[in-house]
Amino acid sequence: MTQHVSPPRDGTGKTAPAGELPAWRGLMGRTDVRTLSLLGVLAALVVIGGVTKPDEFLDTRNLQLVLTQASVIGVVTVGMTFVITSGGIDLSVGAIVALASVWATTVATQEYGFAGILFTAVIVGVGCGLVNGLLIAYGGMVPFIATLAMLASARGLALQITDGRTQIVTVDGILDLGERDSYVLGVPPLVLVFAAVTIAGWLVLNRTTFGRRTVAVGGNAEAARLAGIDVRRQRLYLYLLSGLCCGIAAFLLIVLSGSGQNTNGNLYELDAIAAAIIGGTLLSGGRGTITGSVLGVLIFTTITNIFALNNLQSDVQQIAKGAIIVAAVLVQRRTASTT
Amino acid sequence: MASPPSLLSMSGITKSFPGVRALDGVDLDVQAGEVHCLLGQNGAGKSTLIKVLAGAHQPDTGTIRWRGEEVVLRSPIAAMRLGIATIYQELDLVEHLSVAENVHLGHEPTAAGFVVRRRTAKASTAALLKRLGHPEIDPGRLVGDLSAAQQQIVSMARALSHDVRLIVMDEPSAALDPDEVDNLFRIVGDLTADGVAVVYISHRLEEIRRIGDRVTVLKDGRAVAGGLPAKTTPTREVVSLMTGRTMEYVFPERPAAPPTGTPVLQVRGLARDGEFAPLDLEVHAGEIVGLAGLVGSGRSEILETVYGARKPTAGQVLVEGRPLRPGSVRAAVRAGVGLAPEERKAQALLMLESVTRNVSVSSLSRFSRAGWIDRGAERAAARAATRELSLRPDNPSVPVRTLSGGNQQKAVLARWLLRGCRVLLLDEPTRGVDVGARAELYAVVRRLADEGLAVLLVSSEVPEVLGLADRVLVLREGSVVHTAPAGELDEHRVLDLVMEGSPAS
Repeated sequence: MTQHVSPPRDGTGKTAPAGELPAWRGLMGRTDVRTLSLLGVLAALVVIGGVTKPDEFLDTRNLQLVLTQASVIGVVTVGMTFVITSGGIDLSVGAIVALASVWATTVATQEYGFAGILFTAVIVGVGCGLVNGLLIAYGGMVPFIATLAMLASARGLALQITDGRTQIVTVDGILDLGERDSYVLGVPPLVLVFAAVTIAGWLVLNRTTFGRRTVAVGGNAEAARLAGIDVRRQRLYLYLLSGLCCGIAAFLLIVLSGSGQNTNGNLYELDAIAAAIIGGTLLSGGRGTITGSVLGVLIFTTITNIFALNNLQSDVQQIAKGAIIVAAVLVQRRTASTT
Repeated sequence: MASPPSLLSMSGITKSFPGVRALDGVDLDVQAGEVHCLLGQNGAGKSTLIKVLAGAHQPDTGTIRWRGEEVVLRSPIAAMRLGIATIYQELDLVEHLSVAENVHLGHEPTAAGFVVRRRTAKASTAALLKRLGHPEIDPGRLVGDLSAAQQQIVSMARALSHDVRLIVMDEPSAALDPDEVDNLFRIVGDLTADGVAVVYISHRLEEIRRIGDRVTVLKDGRAVAGGLPAKTTPTREVVSLMTGRTMEYVFPERPAAPPTGTPVLQVRGLARDGEFAPLDLEVHAGEIVGLAGLVGSGRSEILETVYGARKPTAGQVLVEGRPLRPGSVRAAVRAGVGLAPEERKAQALLMLESVTRNVSVSSLSRFSRAGWIDRGAERAAARAATRELSLRPDNPSVPVRTLSGGNQQKAVLARWLLRGCRVLLLDEPTRGVDVGARAELYAVVRRLADEGLAVLLVSSEVPEVLGLADRVLVLREGSVVHTAPAGELDEHRVLDLVMEGSPAS
């Protein structure tokens, strides 16, 4: 998207000082610079992967695997991006994914087949989001605390349902989705779901009143309230949306692993927050980017893959992730403070 | 300069902020042991001056002499080390800490350099509170549990916990009951008897007469009179020093005949306990009604309650005869009420967003179908609204934060223009707006009224209310003390009313 800036017409002598014009150009330019730099990092990672393990990394199966792994956390991150853009936080996403995945794979649920599993996963996710949203929007609880409580409770409930056992899926329709036969032009169905959620998320955030209100609430909740926006209802919807994304992610995880476990989704909350932040969504709210979040997810997933291919242990991966988060935020702070 | 040198001598202090020259060569001379009063209307530069004195602002030019020696107050700590303490109007106490912890914040008595000697701190705090005439305040209590008056005492104890030579008090009596004010004056008397100087800021002339020694009057960033005798200078002279303007505002003409018919906005017995007394007012289409009063007179609270941002304890608001659900902003907005709040950046604008998005935010449903925004229609409507108000630059896709104060205010007005509102509530519409840009904003407001809007205006700048409004309600401490057509009032009379409370001579 190109921006054309006409020089300020000085009809009254009360225009913005000329010195401020570059600042706003910088702001608009920065969005593109940020996206480009994320793409640059991703490209660099692909090069590193291609150089260190040329045969394995660039193998079609490996790339399919990377994208499939990115899909589950990616769907969660799209929901998280909305919540963070509104100035909130959802720490319960991993726990909701766990609860939804085990609830949807109980023996009783599996009797209802494919639809039963999908329906249950989504409903459990939305239900948890509803509780979060009610507590935060109408109960006046701080999002951090409310979703922390949901994290603990949902994990506990997930453990109670499974009693710590892995629930194997026996429904053929689900298992088939994970098979190579169901790939569409070489793309796994899970990745298609991720792509659909991403596009829908982008459109909702950038093209709808819902997205506008989300940004307004996050940018200045008091101004949004005084502008006539129902801030509380908006907050409720946002946590519902995050819960919905968790339900979808839980379904993808069931397809991917062919099972439901109470340990699913462990630390997803941190991965999703990290991906959104390095993507350029402001933790303080008021600015969010679905594109950035998805690139953030792809970067993290690719790093994990490259490290695994090179036989580097997960401790090294964790250190690298931490360093990337710090570097990304420092770069953002620098670009923000120069304006 | 005569000897001995003054305790404090500020000369030629200037300080500019973007678009505003807050101080324009101010001189201030304070002797040890005197109560030196600072007078001036809102925006005259008092706050900026005391912030310079407290080391919170650095002056652009000018010199500060302390006991005859030139000093630079680089930080609040530097000022405190010299013996200058400031008690701000908004008390800067930590609510979750105890009285003793607040008093000693930053200079705790310690053992071995870091272990706080709590008993010593409590004992010295108790001694200070006793000296201030409030031995009943427990040094161990949380500050958040104290009343406003008690918190002020704690603030003062904190000032005295340093070896203080000069105390600045910014409207210390504003939150106090009459007997608490008496105690305050006794404390001030004790301090000055010990040779401590007090710089006292107040709007209340009678207080200045009671305790003041000398008066410095500020106006438009200049000291128009320095060191007048506080007890003998006639009120008339003080008021005319405060008001005699060098800057002429240009106000648009009023319509010839006052509007009649059914009022668009009716306020009936609206009240909030502790903020303002039951209020009745009506605003017709095409009319601008002004509320004049000082800070703390309940002006902003009234507007926000009319708007539903605060819930009234009594009374109701009617728009075109229909009562609004109390305490609901959305009900007010739906009924066609719009607010341009006092704190534009904190309460109205989405600073990260473009002008277009700031203007359209209250009318999104107009440009959307099933939640899908027609961005072309949105842009066109925002452009039309900002053009009508001649917002500059003429490009609504720029971020709103790059606009000047006056144009940011126009963006807020454009929001309500686009919404098609019937009632416009303006709270300090020219706060942070360049003097030169004000006339244009006044013209815009009058034009909106002429097009049929009912406007309710609040301003601490009396000339603004008198110049712009058709009818004026004068407020003092939450009650309307006078109502008159703007043409029948002048600035002196309004100032008399808001400061003395009764229609004075």
